[in-house]
Amino acid sequence: MKERQQGNRQIMILTYSISFVFLCMAGYLAYFMAVQSQKVINNPYNKRQEVLAKKVQKGKIVSADGKVLAKTETDKEGNDTRVYPYHDMFCHIVGREKNSMTGIEGQQCYPLLTSHANPLKQLGNTLRGQKSPGDTVVTTLDYNLQKAAYNALGGQKGAVVALEPKTGKILAMVSKPAYDPNHVTENWEALTKDSNEDSALLNRATQGLYPPGSTFKVLTAIEYIQENPNSYQKFHYDCKGSDSFSGNVINCYGKTVHGSLDLQSAFAKSCNGAFAKIGTTLDISDFRKLTEKFMFNKEISVDFEYNKSRFSLTKDSDIGELTQTVMGQGKTMITPLENAMIAATVANQGKMMIPYAVDHVENDVGQVVTQYEPKEKGQIIEKSVAKKVKRMMQAVVTEGTARSLQSLSFSIAGKTGSAEFDSEGTSHAWFIGFAPADNPEIAVSIVVEGAGTGSEYAIPIAKRLFEEYLG
Amino acid sequence: MDKKEAAKKLIEMFGSLNAIGVIHSIVVELSKYAIILLFAVYTWHCFTVFFGKNAERKEAVYHRQNKIMYAIHFICSLVLYLNSLDGKVVLLYLAQFAFLFFVNKAYLYVYQNASKLVLNNMLMLLMIGFVMLGRINQAYAIRQLVFAVAICLVGLFIPLLIEKFHYFDRFGKVYAVLGIFMLALVFVIGKSIYGAKNWIVIGSFAMQPSEFVKIIYVFFISAMLAKSAEFRNVVITGAIAGIHVLILVGERDLGAALIYYFTFLAVLYVASRQPLYLGAGFGAGAIAAVIAWKFFSHVQRRVTAWSDPWGTLDDEGFQVTQSLFAIGTGGWFGMGLGEGLPGKIPIAESDFIFSAISEELGAFFAICLVLVEVSCFILFINIALKMTRRFYKLTALGLAIEYIFQVFLTIGGVTKFIPSTGVTLPLVSYGGSSVISTVILFCIIQGMYVLNCQEEENIEREAAR
Repeated sequence: MKERQQGNRQIMILTYSISFVFLCMAGYLAYFMAVQSQKVINNPYNKRQEVLAKKVQKGKIVSADGKVLAKTETDKEGNDTRVYPYHDMFCHIVGREKNSMTGIEGQQCYPLLTSHANPLKQLGNTLRGQKSPGDTVVTTLDYNLQKAAYNALGGQKGAVVALEPKTGKILAMVSKPAYDPNHVTENWEALTKDSNEDSALLNRATQGLYPPGSTFKVLTAIEYIQENPNSYQKFHYDCKGSDSFSGNVINCYGKTVHGSLDLQSAFAKSCNGAFAKIGTTLDISDFRKLTEKFMFNKEISVDFEYNKSRFSLTKDSDIGELTQTVMGQGKTMITPLENAMIAATVANQGKMMIPYAVDHVENDVGQVVTQYEPKEKGQIIEKSVAKKVKRMMQAVVTEGTARSLQSLSFSIAGKTGSAEFDSEGTSHAWFIGFAPADNPEIAVSIVVEGAGTGSEYAIPIAKRLFEEYLG
Repeated sequence: MDKKEAAKKLIEMFGSLNAIGVIHSIVVELSKYAIILLFAVYTWHCFTVFFGKNAERKEAVYHRQNKIMYAIHFICSLVLYLNSLDGKVVLLYLAQFAFLFFVNKAYLYVYQNASKLVLNNMLMLLMIGFVMLGRINQAYAIRQLVFAVAICLVGLFIPLLIEKFHYFDRFGKVYAVLGIFMLALVFVIGKSIYGAKNWIVIGSFAMQPSEFVKIIYVFFISAMLAKSAEFRNVVITGAIAGIHVLILVGERDLGAALIYYFTFLAVLYVASRQPLYLGAGFGAGAIAAVIAWKFFSHVQRRVTAWSDPWGTLDDEGFQVTQSLFAIGTGGWFGMGLGEGLPGKIPIAESDFIFSAISEELGAFFAICLVLVEVSCFILFINIALKMTRRFYKLTALGLAIEYIFQVFLTIGGVTKFIPSTGVTLPLVSYGGSSVISTVILFCIIQGMYVLNCQEEENIEREAAR
């Protein structure tokens, strides 16, 4: 009898262990279904949209104020067409369905093809051979602001991003040249032709990499204040329009002589010489850390196509690269979205929010199915530092390069930039800023390609955005 | 006939668009929930039937399980028929039904005293395989049925065989020579399919020796270790088992190599009752895995496919991401039979059949399927615990471990729980070798149990005299 049971204890140990592993696997599968699957299946490589589309009428994408940005229409023969009522106005952020999905269309493809209508109603629809209504995706986009940005940019190439600083909600995002997603299939060949320099399919707001120009001085100033918390106000520089650092000549814009400057006036007047001087005093590895906190060289966890902004200064970089980089030239490359995030972080007292474009998903009768909450990236800079920088950015408007914004009825903080991108001195016009300065509701980032100075070309656009949103 | 044509024909038959809509969608939509509900009840019985001692009630439960199986089979076949209006579907259904019914009756007669639940589970799994293969590719379903009929007929004689050859445990090394010879044959006349050189093709019949050898391999280790679990014998057995494993690694059949390795460890642990062996075995296995990962690109590919499938969607991660798309899109209740896209899943008829099942029949169904497989394993273990002779005990255990480990590798692999190793889901996946060896495995365990009961009765009778 004893021999018969020999090893039974070991068998039980093995059995319990294996059963436990299987329990884990069943749990994992349940977890995958409940938590991960929504994100997993919403992938352009998943070819099951057509299958879902047979049972569900793809839902609408609407703006925060209820304007329909994309919808599916069915003709008498039962053929579905995705329609974009505003043509190219929302083409990059809302995206397209055909020719590889992009934007919100891609990001929310499966939610749009899922119906959370009343189950009984759905069953009834199925039994009658009718489609159930797909869920509606409600974006964070403000129709009027988007329209203002779209019109203000006009025929120029460039991009506009507007964020709500407290939440990271994308209020508007325009990239020009744009294309009409209603006709993207017919025009595909022309749009993708090598000789086509418009690159209309590119979302310049998130994928366009530009030299930041003087807007980058915001970060340089932050680093200087952080390194000299008590003495930064004692900074002094005498601008003669041009200066030389170890043989590297730095000119101010148009060789303007700014005269005697402290940090705030150097910032407001965007004096290159003063910032090159500041650069030579900075701890470069610390500066690099700061830029990486601001998501340079880092993945941003957003659900749309974007490029990483690049910061390449290291301890070993030479003085020429250093002085160029701290004033926004050099090898630094930035997307308009990243620049908007910098402005929004200063506006939000140093706390960075991750930008997002979808507020919630609701079913056919407006019940919320999925609510997207604002996501914090963390306190990137201290409140006190953010406050100091904000004051300097206000000075840009009151006494510096953005004085034309003074005419508005609320206070604005900002920074202009003119980013040279070729040897002939042609430059992209930049403006980043936010308003009202005391309690910011909107942060913007504007770039106009190959236009000239920021004060001349980007500020008028900013002005129209602020007027539209706050006026 | 494809679905569109079938729909057209239905419209002609019923004269109006509404009739087709009603019939087809009622059946497909309601069948989804009916199948899940039925299978859930079945699975529930798999685990609860042991509570309570009332033999009559147990009989009733086993009968109910049979009825559930026939019901699911009927519903699924009806849906498949409505999707295609193909007369062959009806014929195939009738043939499958006749097979299930016959095996159920005949086995109850031949395997008296054996576990009815094991039999029910075996038929249930075969039936799910039939249905899914019929949905993916009818030709596969037909071949699968032919293999199943053939091997289940053979299975009727296995208890007889075991009874006649009382001294199965005397041939330890003969099994090893035979096994190694068959495995090594692949190097001479083998063929690569799906990157593993583990097939022998004779005419139109391709077979996988490792599927058959895994049974005599268990005979070998059990026979050796039943004799003695002393160190010297363990080393000899381990070395010979190692040769098996190395040949399989050489054939790039990683799944089989793992199954062989862990089966040896488990049997050794039970035979020796020495946890040190288990620890050392796991340690050596971990070191071997790291070495394999460092030096073999095909191992690296599998690991990459597991750790970063989304970054390698087009390449290493292709199979597992397609599998996850299918499982995820199917959702808890599935798309309905014939409503998904199993054609997009690579090797959906074999290694990835679990994903196809989950996509169309739903994740609830798939989880129940996992539980039914676990129930089989627990029943096997139950039998192993009751065995008197050491050789039988170790063999039953070894076969049980082989079975459940294979289930773990395939389901874990397609759900990205572990790296995928490319093994079949026993009895469900398409494949002659796999079905044949698994049915044999089921029959041997049952047969040994029958024999064990007879021997015990004899001993008791002797004692009574």
